[in-house]
Amino acid sequence: MNLSAAAHPGFLSPTGVEITFVLIGLATLGAALLTVTTRQLVHAALWLVVALGGLAVEYLLLTAEFIAWVQVLIYVGSVVVLLLFGLMLTKAPIGRSPDADSENRLVALGVALAAAAALVWVVVDAFRTTWVDLHGVAQGSSHATGESLFRHWVLPFEALSVLLLAALVGAIVLSRRDAGSPGGATTGAGSPADSATGKEQS
Amino acid sequence: MHLAYPAVLAVLLFCVGLYGVLARRNAILVLMSVELMLNAVNLNLVAFDVWLRDTVHAGQALTLFTITIAAAEIGLGLAIVLLVFRHRGSSDVDRLTGLAEPHGGPGAPHAPDASDATPTPAADDEKAEASA
Repeated sequence: MNLSAAAHPGFLSPTGVEITFVLIGLATLGAALLTVTTRQLVHAALWLVVALGGLAVEYLLLTAEFIAWVQVLIYVGSVVVLLLFGLMLTKAPIGRSPDADSENRLVALGVALAAAAALVWVVVDAFRTTWVDLHGVAQGSSHATGESLFRHWVLPFEALSVLLLAALVGAIVLSRRDAGSPGGATTGAGSPADSATGKEQS
Repeated sequence: MHLAYPAVLAVLLFCVGLYGVLARRNAILVLMSVELMLNAVNLNLVAFDVWLRDTVHAGQALTLFTITIAAAEIGLGLAIVLLVFRHRGSSDVDRLTGLAEPHGGPGAPHAPDASDATPTPAADDEKAEASA
């Protein structure tokens, strides 16, 4: 980002929205880095909340307000809670766990840095002179999103509800405890995944 | 706003998620990194939708669909992780070598791996007999 800032004069006079976007983007990126590098498993889930909330603010800055609130509701409200339940049910250690990263961390770092360098180069080279016009009517208001969703995207929307139903049934089947006991009681670990998937369904 | 800002942020978030998927050992942390990668894609979709001023709002509709599919994916993924944890007593992805090559590997002393590995020669024998 800084490299391209020196190359193009358009970057030297940022607007307020751009400054806010970059600052929140830095916070989001830092929280994401902490999510993948911290050795405390519960803290990783909490840093993920910061990263996803920062992304919701970025959506608001891009005038996609309905997406932003859906992001807050589903990701911060449900997915992170589900991940925390998963951490608890798999008896994740509280405090620092020394084996949170595997041995191929250096290889993963190399792959990620190479991918980041290549993609940043390509993206900056491609969109160096492209501007997004954020003025005028909001692109992602609830009115516009709902109208396009139920006018042009009704069939995918309904297909998606079938997919959610399949995921609900799949989660129930996977977490049934009838492997050892022939009764097949759905207790314990099955409940959080099922209830959360059911929440998405409604 | 410059389009390079959201694009570069999405690229960096994707690569952070890529590092997490490759480097983490706990399966739930791998799922968190997958969520980061999906969110990077969502940011790209929203940014390009706003840039192109799409009349049917394909980018935002696809973002909503991606969020829903990610929620379904995390539910199913956690159900699978809990099932694996219940069977193996561990959710470390580099110990789940039941489908690995039979010779060598760090998961060799596990009992389920041995029982998984034993039917393979019998199946090979059957295949050899069938082909003969």
